[in-house]
Amino acid sequence: MNPVNYLYLAALLFSIGAAGVLIRRNAIVVFMCVELMLNACNLAFVTFSRMHGNLDGQIIAFFTMVVAAAEVVVGLAIIVMIFRSRHSASVDDASLMKL
Amino acid sequence: MENIIGLLVALPLLGAAVLLCGGRRLDRTGHWLGTILAASSFVVGAVLFADMLGRSGDDRTLHQFLFSWIPVGGFRADVAFQLDQLSMTFVLLITGVGTLIHIYSIGYMEHDERRRRFFGYLNLFLAAMVLLVIADNYLLLYVGWEGVGLASYLLIGFWQHKPSAATAAKKAFIVNRVGDMGLSIAIMLMFTTFGTFAFGPVLKSAGDASEGTLTAIGLMLLLAACGKSAQVPLQSWLGDAMEGPTPVSALIHAATMVTAGVYLITRSGAIFNGAPDAQLAVVTVGAVTLLFGAIVGCAKDDIKKALAGSTMSQIGYMILAAGLGPIGYVFAIMHLVTHGFFKAGLFLGAGSVMHGMNDEVDMRKFGGLRKYMPITYVTFGLGYLAIIGFPGLSGFWSKDKIIEAAFAKGGTEGWILGAAALLGAAITAYYMTRVMLLTFFGEKRWQPTPSPDEPSAEPAADSAGGGEMPHPHESPKSMTVPMIVLAFGSVFAGGLFSLNDSFLHWLEPVTGHSHGHSPLSALTVTLATMAVLVVGVAIAWAQYGRKPVPVTAPRGSLLTRAARRDLLQDDFNHVALVTPGQYLTRGLVYLDHSVVDGVVNGTAAAFGGLSGRMRKLQNGYARSYAVSMFGGAAILIAATLLMRAV
Amino acid sequence: MSFPLLTATAVVPALGAIATAAVPAAKRTAAKWLALLFSLATLALAALVAVRFEPGGDRYQLTESRSWIADFGVRYELGVDGIAVALIALTAVLVPFVILAGWHDADPLEGKEPNRRWRPTQGFFALILMVEAMVVISFEATDVFLFYIFFEAMLIPMYFLIGGFGDRAHAAGDDEAAKQRSYAAVKFLLYNLAGGLIMLAAVIGLFVVTSDQLGSGTFSLQEIVRARGAGELTMDATTERLLFLGFFFAFAVKAPLWPLHTWLPNAMGESTAPVAVLITAVVDKVGTFAMLRFCLQLFPEASKWATPVIVVLALISIIYGALLAVGQRDIKRLVAYASISHFGFIVLGIFAMTTQGQSGATLYMVNHGISTAALMLVAGFLISRRGSRLIADYGGVQKVAPVLAGTFLVGGLATLSLPGLAPFVSEFLVLVGTFSRYPAAGIVATLGIVLAALYVLVLYQRTMTGPVKESVRAMPDLRIRELAVVGPLIALLLVLGVYPKPLTDIVNPAVQQTMSDVHQKDPKPELEAAK
Repeated sequence: MNPVNYLYLAALLFSIGAAGVLIRRNAIVVFMCVELMLNACNLAFVTFSRMHGNLDGQIIAFFTMVVAAAEVVVGLAIIVMIFRSRHSASVDDASLMKL
Repeated sequence: MENIIGLLVALPLLGAAVLLCGGRRLDRTGHWLGTILAASSFVVGAVLFADMLGRSGDDRTLHQFLFSWIPVGGFRADVAFQLDQLSMTFVLLITGVGTLIHIYSIGYMEHDERRRRFFGYLNLFLAAMVLLVIADNYLLLYVGWEGVGLASYLLIGFWQHKPSAATAAKKAFIVNRVGDMGLSIAIMLMFTTFGTFAFGPVLKSAGDASEGTLTAIGLMLLLAACGKSAQVPLQSWLGDAMEGPTPVSALIHAATMVTAGVYLITRSGAIFNGAPDAQLAVVTVGAVTLLFGAIVGCAKDDIKKALAGSTMSQIGYMILAAGLGPIGYVFAIMHLVTHGFFKAGLFLGAGSVMHGMNDEVDMRKFGGLRKYMPITYVTFGLGYLAIIGFPGLSGFWSKDKIIEAAFAKGGTEGWILGAAALLGAAITAYYMTRVMLLTFFGEKRWQPTPSPDEPSAEPAADSAGGGEMPHPHESPKSMTVPMIVLAFGSVFAGGLFSLNDSFLHWLEPVTGHSHGHSPLSALTVTLATMAVLVVGVAIAWAQYGRKPVPVTAPRGSLLTRAARRDLLQDDFNHVALVTPGQYLTRGLVYLDHSVVDGVVNGTAAAFGGLSGRMRKLQNGYARSYAVSMFGGAAILIAATLLMRAV
Repeated sequence: MSFPLLTATAVVPALGAIATAAVPAAKRTAAKWLALLFSLATLALAALVAVRFEPGGDRYQLTESRSWIADFGVRYELGVDGIAVALIALTAVLVPFVILAGWHDADPLEGKEPNRRWRPTQGFFALILMVEAMVVISFEATDVFLFYIFFEAMLIPMYFLIGGFGDRAHAAGDDEAAKQRSYAAVKFLLYNLAGGLIMLAAVIGLFVVTSDQLGSGTFSLQEIVRARGAGELTMDATTERLLFLGFFFAFAVKAPLWPLHTWLPNAMGESTAPVAVLITAVVDKVGTFAMLRFCLQLFPEASKWATPVIVVLALISIIYGALLAVGQRDIKRLVAYASISHFGFIVLGIFAMTTQGQSGATLYMVNHGISTAALMLVAGFLISRRGSRLIADYGGVQKVAPVLAGTFLVGGLATLSLPGLAPFVSEFLVLVGTFSRYPAAGIVATLGIVLAALYVLVLYQRTMTGPVKESVRAMPDLRIRELAVVGPLIALLLVLGVYPKPLTDIVNPAVQQTMSDVHQKDPKPELEAAK
């Protein structure tokens, strides 16, 4: 199978993620869309790694996954805190830098 | 002897300082102090005069150097005095008439609570006026020049609670300032031309300067003289200046200060002699003013304003004479001195009449006063005869000479000037006769004085009260004695001066003199003058002596109405200067606020607006931040691709 | 090394400021007396400076010089010439009167008790002394950088003086007045900061030029003038002009010259009369003084190049300021516009480049300081009695308070340069000096004297004469303290008007020096030139 197809898939996933970040209000969904974008990038990296025949891309993909995991930990915690205090997870409600 | 010249100024100045700073303690004695100091200044002048007579004609000038005033580089102004025959004449006139008027004021201002201050101002005036005539350079003269302006301002506005007085004072000062501008430019021109502005060097080397420069200096000096001497076109302040107490009108606005312009031109004779164009301007101004003042004098019903018009006209004669050059200088000064006597006497007489008539000034409400105020009547009458040039009296001698000199100017100019002077003499005879008839003859047209809203500070007559008929009475001795002395001067001064041409010989070393070639003989001129005099008196008698005079003024012809409004001088100034000036300042105030300040405030507002708009981008919505991030990333990628493609 | 007299003259008021600020809240009166005492001590020191100064001696005397920021060639260099001596004397003379006139201006308002943290009285007098210290050292500094620091630093105390202390009448909880005042203070600050920043660029530029050519950069005025004279330091025309403009802009804002003047009416109108005097009579003089000392000496060629434009701007200032003064309805703003007109005369005198013009301009700075102080302080007394700054609210004051009216008139006559009073001497010198080089400019400037008569006399007529207005009927006359302020000022005006020689003796040599620095000679009289 032509590896370029994976790139198309990555671009598609990235676009879906970007659209989700921009359109959706729910913080959790926004979050998931961010993850989708990250993973689209990962897919692209791995694909390039395969196309060029070296491991650099795969290594970066692992880094990205680690960073994403760390980000999820902190980000979800914040979202939960906001939800607790406001009973809403809408990003638009949290427009001021205070609770 | 020269060491006491400074005292002429110092004594009255001391009086002014003490009286103005002394406070209420001096209220009871102040007027005596002021009078004594004025008199002692006169005594010093007399001593100097006696000394001067003891020396020969060419050796009579005295100098006193006090101290260096402003020394900066080539600019040297000293406080130094020069007393020559010309200055001496003025010193005696100023301190002499000044002292008499001090005495008169003791009675006239008796009931004024601010009498002490009045005497302080009078002393200040004397000091400034004497300084003006004994300064040895133009800048020190300028100090006296503005000093008399200040004294005049203070005295015109002496009854400050009257808005009209305050306005008149302000007007006098500001119009005078326009003239002063001329004097300061003249001094600057002298400095850049001669490197000095002391009389000696400037007048000595005046001949070396170019005619253009001399003309410029001359015209600027003329502007100064117009301001101070109330000549056209700066004449408008003098009539209003009559708001001041009458002794002030007599001293400052008739006898002395207003003649300073004549002094200035005569003193600067050397400059004018080298600038025929400037001289032409001077005689034109003189001729126009002498007719202007006379016409105004005919129409006024206010006795003081009629006399003010007459003053303007008489000074016009002097300026005319001074503009004629060496033919006329001596006669200008001679007329100045005789005029000082009779005009001061006339004003004091008018003051005495007002004193007896509850401060009424409208001549239409006088009439038949000769029986009630005999001394005033006689002295006023002698002054009247003197001013119209009745043969033998002072005015006859001096005015006749001026008319003669005007013809002697020669050419068409001479004929025009001479005719103007003759016409002026006729009108003078007319309006003075009118004043005389309205005031002292005819039937009583007295009106009850309305009770004033504000308690008047004018010296109230004993019978003053709301709605009462006036009870005219002769004034106290302190007022009549000065009038009698001045009447003597009005009668004899001219004859004395003309005896053996003594005045001519006295002044000639300073001013120089030349006889012109008159196309008419002296006798012809005298006869012509007599003829127009008779015509003037006859017309006045026909109008005011033969038939009763209405108390309210008739509407009158167009000219009469214009003359009542001072020939529309104020209207002209208003339309030409005041109104545009007001629009200009208002416009500038608006401009300053909206444009000059507006540019700066606008810049500030622009920054404020910009930052307000920028702030909106930072709205806190995560998704709008995300859009800008995407947008930014997209632009970056596009740019990278574009660069690669190129 | 001898006693650092110049440093002492600046340090004493600074110490006074600290001491006054430290006085406890309850002891207000003590703070006032302390401030007065320190200002008098400064006056004594300034008198000593004037006595020790030898008119015919070196250009700069009583000099002090220490290394300060060696890396940038900044030195602590002080020295005075005759011009500086005259202005230091002016400052030292005026400040005690300012303090005395503002005796009650900063008393706490009723119902607002001062406490440890809020001590307005102490602050007011401390700030005044602080301004004095900074102004004095600006007059003394011969190092451009040192001058610049204090030129800018004096904005800080001035800002608080303008913004923090208004007329008593408006003070009580009047929001509109507070807003106006704060606007005025900010405007003052922004204008002067903008000027100062441009000057800073020029100061740095000057450093770059000197360090390029002399090896090590320097800010020392004397060193730069010497190096330029010796040909070691040359500037091409463009550089010199740009640097000149940078300096001149700052000084023109401070002076203030049209069209950079609009901060002055606001600042003078909103602040109390003593502070207004401080602004126009003392602080603004630093601007015109600096034109004379720095612009002309550092950039002689550029000064000549810019002269035509500056002369025109000065003439506009004269006429424009006077016309606007005529149109004012507010007494203080009227005096402010009159000052703008007078600053036009000063700048005109400086750039006429004649001995008479520059001596006249220096005397003008001194005389304008005294005459404006007299007029403005009496106006302040008047305003404090009635509680209004509007001319229309007065009338007939002369009848109820003759001494007040009399002193007001004398102040006004000084403002219109009546001969016999000090300002006449300086104004005439400026006019003559200008006329001998630019006759047309001299004549236009002469128009200013007519307009001056107009605005002064109209003001006097409307406030002091006429029927007594009901609102002023109970107005008390001047009190002893107020007489003690006005009396000496009027006496000074008279003395300097009749006998200005002591002042001209000090100023003339310095002006001669400046003239030779800019390679200018007085024009010869026409007759002499013809020979």
